[in-house]
Amino acid sequence: MSFAHSLGNVRYTFASLRELLARATPLRSGDMLAGLAAQSAEERVAAQFALADLPLTHFLSEQVVPYEEDEVTRLIMDTHDATAFAPVRSFTVGELRDWLLSDDATAGRLAALAPGLTPEMAAAVSKLMRVQDLIAAAAKIRVVTRFRTSVGLPGRLSTRLQPNHPTDDAAGIAASILDGLLLGSGDAVIGINPAGDNVAVTTRLLRLIDTVRERFQIPTQSCVLAHVTTLMAALEAGAPVDLIFQSIAGTEAANRGFGINLALLAEAYEAGRSLHRGALCADGCVGDHFMYFETGQGSALSANAHHDVDQQTLEARAYAVARRFRPMLVNTVVGFIGPEYLYDGKQIARAGLEDHFCGKLLGLPMGCDVCYTNHAEADQDDMDTLLTLLGTAGVNYIMGVPGADDVMLNYQSTSFHDALYLRRILGLRPAPEFEAWLQGDHFQRLALEADRPERLLPA
Amino acid sequence: MTETRVPPPESSLPEHSASSPSLTARLRSLTPARVGLGRTGVSLQTRDLLDFQRAHARARDAVHARLDAASLASALGGITGCAVLRLHSAVPDRTRYLQRPDLGRILDAASRDLLANAGAGPWDLALLVADGLSALAVERHAIPLLEELLPRLAGWRLAPVCVVEQGRVAIGDEVGAVLHAQLSLVLIGERPGLSSPDSLGAYITWQPHPGRTDAERNCISNIRAEGLNYAQAAAQLGYYLAEARSRQLTGVGLKEDSNLLSEG
Repeated sequence: MSFAHSLGNVRYTFASLRELLARATPLRSGDMLAGLAAQSAEERVAAQFALADLPLTHFLSEQVVPYEEDEVTRLIMDTHDATAFAPVRSFTVGELRDWLLSDDATAGRLAALAPGLTPEMAAAVSKLMRVQDLIAAAAKIRVVTRFRTSVGLPGRLSTRLQPNHPTDDAAGIAASILDGLLLGSGDAVIGINPAGDNVAVTTRLLRLIDTVRERFQIPTQSCVLAHVTTLMAALEAGAPVDLIFQSIAGTEAANRGFGINLALLAEAYEAGRSLHRGALCADGCVGDHFMYFETGQGSALSANAHHDVDQQTLEARAYAVARRFRPMLVNTVVGFIGPEYLYDGKQIARAGLEDHFCGKLLGLPMGCDVCYTNHAEADQDDMDTLLTLLGTAGVNYIMGVPGADDVMLNYQSTSFHDALYLRRILGLRPAPEFEAWLQGDHFQRLALEADRPERLLPA
Repeated sequence: MTETRVPPPESSLPEHSASSPSLTARLRSLTPARVGLGRTGVSLQTRDLLDFQRAHARARDAVHARLDAASLASALGGITGCAVLRLHSAVPDRTRYLQRPDLGRILDAASRDLLANAGAGPWDLALLVADGLSALAVERHAIPLLEELLPRLAGWRLAPVCVVEQGRVAIGDEVGAVLHAQLSLVLIGERPGLSSPDSLGAYITWQPHPGRTDAERNCISNIRAEGLNYAQAAAQLGYYLAEARSRQLTGVGLKEDSNLLSEG
């Protein structure tokens, strides 16, 4: 189906829903690289007008990636919840924006709506929203998940302690873990990106974190962000696996590029379900969320698997994959991919807020890796801005990297200090289980023993 | 605002670097990460803040530095004894380079003309030196690396050496194809890290032609003073080049058979 909107005496036409969504997307380099961006600022606004008038029901009849060719599309359509959709069924995209920002859209109603929205609907409405809209709507939505800590509660901000090392050196990683714990980091997860993706390294690193965790009775969970098949093999071999990680994208072809499909993720989910390593959390619930996914705009295009769909819509489609598996943690790695997808601090900031909003709207426990590479037009000031905005939007967690400098992945994320700043300035606190630990004897013991980090290592 | 019944969480955190300067040194000895940074309130102390800004400034300057192609060309001519061609990608400037990697992989019209008249091979090896994301890396390391590598290539027929401005790795595919070279070797500046603004990468491709994928190349990266030194890098490159020539392939297939090298 084609769409049109006239501005003055110029009539802008859009050949398909896919094209309409792409042209309506706020400017970013990745859509220009793909040849999908609006040709002019006015064409973009015309597309936004046309999109605003589009009934939400249209998204149930026209797919941006063909149903027959793509299992992510099939997942989205086959799991769409018509009952949950009913309250907004008569809305256009523009009316959905108005409703999301209205006082009628309470936390409870927004949570109930999530399974009734498709990723494309979420992406569409986000394209009509300014930064403050993305913050105001997301801030109303709380998605709480539990393993050994509860992440996402109101008034809380958690962190993933990311103690990466260029050669996976145990003492080096232990030093970064210790540094982070002493600065109150690690209540979302202690998660290592391994330099080597194999079962031996993964198992060794999982044992390292587990030893520290048990020795100091730290209420948190561990993860080694290896490929899901590596984690499953490690699990099979008896490694202490808490969270199962995988990078995911919004098309079947892009996921194939990651070496995964939905069946493989389902297999991993089933394997994880039998572990029961979660603990009793502060509210009396036993933690049973254990999947961890990372995403990021541009991943499908970089795999040449984007089907001429704009990168932000595809990012939202990745969230359909994520929500299928009740994840503990989901974060966009927003500025990691480079300036050919998100050129500068402005594009990175908007993308981070879009991803957070769309994820929360679709029912996900969204965190964000607030980050950039050295060839992006961005710096620490841009990260401070996005960090602060995400804090006001109610982000579940951010990263904690020593001094914001990841010496393995060679990019800049947020530091332990950044998280302390955000907690202080917005009156946010760590997850309740972790907060209690920080004030208890085990933490004092850790601080006393800190002089000898090598003692953290497994025997 | 949330009502605060308990003290803010950071009040229980030790001032670790202040109370124990030895801890900072100890942590630092174990990892290149920026561990053991102190706090003023919850913020970074001035010295650490400026150290970071300096590292970022160096990386940024490396990304935006312009390659001194004339000097490099002259030095390359000197050590190789070959003709040197100065080529340019289809990207006009750095801003476009960062946003359009596709244009950094193809030559501009003038370079195509120059290359077409360069005298086609057959050649055993097309050697390209491209600025990539760090002209600094190329200016520091390309010549000393080649001084170690060239003696290992005695008897190889070397195509005219190409200096490419605003180039990406895959531009070696077009150049190698036009020159009818059996192999291409692209030396290129890698994306600067905060502590590595001058890291050089080297990519080898068997029968280069447009459409080759990264899986069909072999790569050696992190060539710099604090990383892989020139002798080590030249030994690895010499090995890959010789193996590629005798086995007539590069990429995943070659790498899997080269594990002995990385363990040696």
